[in-house]
Amino acid sequence: MNDEILNGVLLDEDCYLSLAELSRACSTHAEWVISLVEEGILEPGGADMRDWRFSAPALRRARTARHLQRDLGVNLAGAALVLDLLDEIDHLRQRLARLEP
Amino acid sequence: MEFEDYYKIMGVSRDATQDEIKRAYRKLARKYHPDVSKEEDAEEKFKRLGEAYEVLKDPEKRAAYDQLGKNWKAGQDFHPPPDWDAGFEFSGGGFTGGADADAYSDFFESLFGRRSRSYAGGAAGGGFHMRGQDHHAKVLIDLEDAYSGATRNISLQVPEVDASGHVVTKKRTLKVRIPKGVKQGQQIRLAGQGAPGVGQGGNGDLYLEIEFRPHPFYRVEGRDVYLDLPVAPWEAALGGKVQVPTPAGKLDLKIPAGSNTGKKMRLKGKGIPAKHPGDFYVELKVMVPPADTEKAKEIYREMERELSFNPRAALGV
Repeated sequence: MNDEILNGVLLDEDCYLSLAELSRACSTHAEWVISLVEEGILEPGGADMRDWRFSAPALRRARTARHLQRDLGVNLAGAALVLDLLDEIDHLRQRLARLEP
Repeated sequence: MEFEDYYKIMGVSRDATQDEIKRAYRKLARKYHPDVSKEEDAEEKFKRLGEAYEVLKDPEKRAAYDQLGKNWKAGQDFHPPPDWDAGFEFSGGGFTGGADADAYSDFFESLFGRRSRSYAGGAAGGGFHMRGQDHHAKVLIDLEDAYSGATRNISLQVPEVDASGHVVTKKRTLKVRIPKGVKQGQQIRLAGQGAPGVGQGGNGDLYLEIEFRPHPFYRVEGRDVYLDLPVAPWEAALGGKVQVPTPAGKLDLKIPAGSNTGKKMRLKGKGIPAKHPGDFYVELKVMVPPADTEKAKEIYREMERELSFNPRAALGV
């Protein structure tokens, strides 16, 4: 094992991914990511496609959409619904964990 | 190597139709999908399900698997009979391979893995260049690590091409610095630590997703941290200074006189540190001392005599 300590980039609130970076991180083509934007699953900043900037949570959403599509045969409209519901469940679970130790 | 009973994994009979197999897969995939499921071992179960489906959905692979015989039991020690697959051709594509190659069991690989995997070997020489794939992994850290930063060893199963052109999975360990201020679900990108590229294509990146180990008494929401703080009745009633543990060390907290169970106090900026740090919330919980000595009982009796206190006044009784 190599003893070198690796320093990564933390994808925090100030960190954005380009269309190319996001496509690559999802092992997919830009066209597919564009279809997520068209479906309203992702909302990038920037007016023009070339200037699109995706926030870090977009990576998670895109990957989940990809898995849902590939593994369960869910279409994009269905994936959008699942993602919104998952967000809500996440939020409720966190609140529940806070209230019920 | 242990025998895998794909029919049992999918919960279908050996004479199930292809349609039944597909339905069973869809149903179980929804149940165990790691993005959706909170079942225990969902990820492991989902992988095994995917593997079972990979074989049973393909009539040729299924036929080959079937002719191994039905006397095998899951978990039994297994070696593929020589030439077991003579007369079968698995070239029909549909193999998921690539990034998910480590997802298959030894059992699967010994039966179906060999030919389908040698794809990466020849491609490198022919002037073909491709950037390596990005990899994703989760890393478990403690809440304290988010306050102070930490270094973690991360083990990854990486598919590699050996000298004979076969793909083998190798264990690779990385030492990664977790910066302070991370929160649940955040990702860290390690440039160039993903899959190696083909030809002159660069390496892919490695994305690590942060996950907190559940803590025995802190609860975390975003960057805010919550703690139930037990206090004695006299501390709540008379007020005073008490010590509060935080992931960054002990703090003194002044409790105002007349506090009660449920009182919330905020220690601003004492949550997970960041440019916009979280807050630390304390909720008081008044604990009743046991009346287990004559002296203690006497004190309670005195309180009963001296204090006109009805805890149920608001209930009208």
